[in-house]
Amino acid sequence: MGLVLLVVIWLITFISAYFFIAKTWWLPTGASAAAAGIDHHFATTYILMGIVFVAAQVLLGWFAWKYRDRAAASPARYSHGNNTLEILWTVLTLILFVGLNLMSSSIWASERFRAAEPGALQVEVTGMQFAWYFRYAGPDGKFGATKPELIDPSAGGESAIGLDPTDPASKDDVVSGIMYTPVNREVEVILRAHDVIHSFFVPAMRFKQDAVPGLAIRMHFTPITTGDYELACAELCGLGHYKMHGMLKVVSQEEFDKWLAAREAEKQ
Amino acid sequence: MASYTPTVSIDDPRTATGGDGVLPPDWGGDGDSFGFFDTRLRRARLGLVVGLTGIAMIFISFTSAYVIRQGLPTLDPRTNTLLHDWFPVPLPRLLLINTGVLLISSVTMELARRQAARKRALARFASVAGAPEHSKEEISWLALTVVLGLSFLAGQWMAWRELAASGFYVASSPSSSFVYLLTGMHGVHLFGGVVALLTVGVASVLRRSADSQLIAVDVTGRYWHFMAALWVYILCLLEFVH
Amino acid sequence: MAGSTGGGETIMATRQIAAHEIHAHAAPQGFLRKWVFSLDHKVIGLQYYFLALTAVFVGMFLSLLMRIHLIWPNVSLPLVGEIKPETYLSLLTMHGTIMVFFVLTTAPQGGFGNYFLPIQIGAADMAFPVLNMLSFWVTFIGYIVMLSAFFVVGGAPLHGWTGYPPLSALPSAGPGEGAGADLWIISIALFCVGALMSALNFITTTLDMRARGMTMMRMPLTCWAWFITAILGLLAFGVLFSAGILLLLDRNAGTSFFVPLVVVNGQIAAHKGGSPLLWQHLFWFFGHPEVYIAILPAMGLCSQLVSVFSRKPIFGYKAMVYAMLSIGLLGFMVWGHHMFMSGMSPYSAFAFSVMTMAIGVPSAIKTFNWLGTLWGGRIRFYSPMLFAIGFVSLFVSGGISGPFLAQPTLDIPLHDTYFVTGHFHLIMGVASIFGIFAATYYWFPKMFGHMMSESLARWHFWFTFVGTYAIFMPMHYLGMAGHPRRYSQGTELAFLQPLLPLQKFITYVAFVTIAAQFIFLFNLFWSMKYGKKASDNPWEATTLEWTTATPPPHDNFGGRTPAVYNGPYEYSVPGAPRDYVMQTDPATVAAH
Repeated sequence: MGLVLLVVIWLITFISAYFFIAKTWWLPTGASAAAAGIDHHFATTYILMGIVFVAAQVLLGWFAWKYRDRAAASPARYSHGNNTLEILWTVLTLILFVGLNLMSSSIWASERFRAAEPGALQVEVTGMQFAWYFRYAGPDGKFGATKPELIDPSAGGESAIGLDPTDPASKDDVVSGIMYTPVNREVEVILRAHDVIHSFFVPAMRFKQDAVPGLAIRMHFTPITTGDYELACAELCGLGHYKMHGMLKVVSQEEFDKWLAAREAEKQ
Repeated sequence: MASYTPTVSIDDPRTATGGDGVLPPDWGGDGDSFGFFDTRLRRARLGLVVGLTGIAMIFISFTSAYVIRQGLPTLDPRTNTLLHDWFPVPLPRLLLINTGVLLISSVTMELARRQAARKRALARFASVAGAPEHSKEEISWLALTVVLGLSFLAGQWMAWRELAASGFYVASSPSSSFVYLLTGMHGVHLFGGVVALLTVGVASVLRRSADSQLIAVDVTGRYWHFMAALWVYILCLLEFVH
Repeated sequence: MAGSTGGGETIMATRQIAAHEIHAHAAPQGFLRKWVFSLDHKVIGLQYYFLALTAVFVGMFLSLLMRIHLIWPNVSLPLVGEIKPETYLSLLTMHGTIMVFFVLTTAPQGGFGNYFLPIQIGAADMAFPVLNMLSFWVTFIGYIVMLSAFFVVGGAPLHGWTGYPPLSALPSAGPGEGAGADLWIISIALFCVGALMSALNFITTTLDMRARGMTMMRMPLTCWAWFITAILGLLAFGVLFSAGILLLLDRNAGTSFFVPLVVVNGQIAAHKGGSPLLWQHLFWFFGHPEVYIAILPAMGLCSQLVSVFSRKPIFGYKAMVYAMLSIGLLGFMVWGHHMFMSGMSPYSAFAFSVMTMAIGVPSAIKTFNWLGTLWGGRIRFYSPMLFAIGFVSLFVSGGISGPFLAQPTLDIPLHDTYFVTGHFHLIMGVASIFGIFAATYYWFPKMFGHMMSESLARWHFWFTFVGTYAIFMPMHYLGMAGHPRRYSQGTELAFLQPLLPLQKFITYVAFVTIAAQFIFLFNLFWSMKYGKKASDNPWEATTLEWTTATPPPHDNFGGRTPAVYNGPYEYSVPGAPRDYVMQTDPATVAAH
């Protein structure tokens, strides 16, 4: 039985580890400025924790076999423990765990402690059951007023977010169901939600943030590779949660300007 | 009157041979036939402290919700700005009278406890000396505490009516919600104390032992004092923290 | 019965004590008093256990339906019909709620804790037997109320076991969020009351009713675990109760504790100014200690079992106690790690993450000590030991994914994905359940007087150990690939399509693993009658429950109060006549 335990535990350990090492199913290719740092720290973590995982399971399996009861075995070692060892592995574990965390803290700080750069593109992202809308402030750089009374999700677009047409700043606001951003320019998203908590999750950008009713949460990321990136809702929001998705299209600055100008023209 | 209580044997390890037999001193009282009461009382008091800790956490959570809600700005979607919407509720003066009633009931509760202790002492001597169990007629402080407790609750109800008359209902504003919530939860717990006291009163009529009655009154009394202190805390929170 | 109290000559002095002092009440008569409204902690423990047993099969059935829907969204099942997306979410909500509360918080503590804590510390019953009986029945009523949510108009709620408002606060936000959600809250409130009553009993009993010689540091680690779990429960369940009251008021009295101004489907709801984050803070202040409540008893038992079945003292008893105490204390300081993406201040997030990494340390210490206990032992692979070893393996696996999630930077890609689901299922859904299985195989002989079938137990162990790994390890891969959790199906997003084969694999394994649990169920009931007769101490273990008759009589020790001379893990003591020294053996082992 000891041998079977060893074999099974080791097999499970090595098979699990294999799929981590082979990256058979892995994070999507990073496409934001922060992705490299996050991925690097992810690698550091999984290597270190992987070593701990394999070591602990290997020891467990080995001990189960080596110290099995059999006639030839020596009597069990009568020991209540070893204080030096306790202190030693406590300190080492503490250094490992807290050290890992402190290593990642600079990334967290740069993502979350600082506000967006002055020249960042502002996009208001509004989540509602079960769609995302993206609003651009237009040439005047100001977002027009929205009113809850004007919200009509079934009409889509400007009505879905309750844009107030009487506010002059609304005239050049563009509301889109697809998010466009220019590459290599910081995007500041202003996250809002109408009804319940949603979460704006763009895997390729390593970006996730809950959109909470009653709050307008500002956060930023910088796409560095053009392409189409799926985005998903990552907070249970009702029966349509699984299909509340959208698309982020990162394009060159010229293409972005063209797209925005075309949408502005449509409004006239 | 003598009564037979079955005995059980306990191996006393102190005089056993072999080993160093490390044992702690006996807690329960050595062969003392009254040690049994002390044990039960101590245990009941400990249980009460533990229980009150659990109840305290409920009110600590409400307090933290209260403090957080006060300071919380909310996004006004029309103006896209953050505004504060906390406006304290003017509390009815009646609450002060109710507070007085409750504090007096704490005093009567303590008198009830002493009364129960005297009753138990008398009962013990009565079983030996053959003396009658009751001495002279006295006010039942327990009954008075129940009356005062119920008066407090009635007064709280009247205070609620006053609030409603001034236009403050449960959902009128965040601060009014908390007024009803905190006073309501306290009232529910105090009512539980009233029920406990009534149970003790019934127990005395049903001739449960004086020991059990004293333990019940002692424990309920401490619960009662806690409820009085909790009420003062709630009142101060509502009145001064905003 | 004679006996003098003064004699130094007598080897054993006998004291005549009034029967009440050790609470030797007469055994109850009649079916109702004996089996329904029993005050006997052993019967109450069994009541809790069987409640949890029905709950786990209900919860498992719900998860089976979920797994089927995930890979065949359009299939129509017999009896159940087609599972719509909202039905999936109701299944998910009820699965989580029932498993966390009515299985993991019930069987280890209410079930085994009630049965064995008094016996292991040498008491005749819990401190307050009437309260104990009430705590079971309140929990039972809570269970019935929870199940009734399935049968009301709109059905069971779909807001997840975490119940975040505004989704959980607004009947218009989804099917099941009407009466079903109210019943869900009421059920949980009842559960909180039952749990607080139970915690009161556990704490008082442990502090005040230990037999002579049973110092705190001679208690088995199971008792420490139950004690610390009870303290956690005492401090945490009141907070959940409060949150539930506030949510109930938001739903039914028009208050706005948690709900800001919201517009659902074009309709402005009659709320404003509330904070959804307030719920999250209150819920997780309870929720994090709750997961330690779910795992601590299993940790205590694992310590017990690796010691008994390695014939070695537990490695580092004091360290184990301090580790459990630290886990309990730190457990109250880490709740924000569930909220890194919530909109909470990033500075708070950083503080919570440091505390969370710190709490990994005592867990690691315990793992080292379990390994240290196996090292140099003579391991006997009886079924309780198989599950104990399985527990260590699963605890390591489930624990290792913790440090990923504990770092907010890495939580960005992983939060609310299957990585989280894999993590907590390995730790709670499997390791903790292994604790319950291990406890069952271990204590069954004492409770029922028969041994369970070892061969059936082994089939059960292997299917479950391999099966649960095969189900939950792949979820980490799904999560890293970005698969969000609580999705009723993965059909809508292109990047989820390559993950479907993995989902299929998980479901197929789930079929087999769930089927294997019926081996356990059969073994449990068959052995009660037909299992080999058990001796009083079939495992040759040292703790007090193995000194009683089998099953223990009404007052546990048959009119005697045990006296304790030794610690609980005196195995293979050099010079002792056998490889175990009972705690009550006066031929004491020198203290360490």
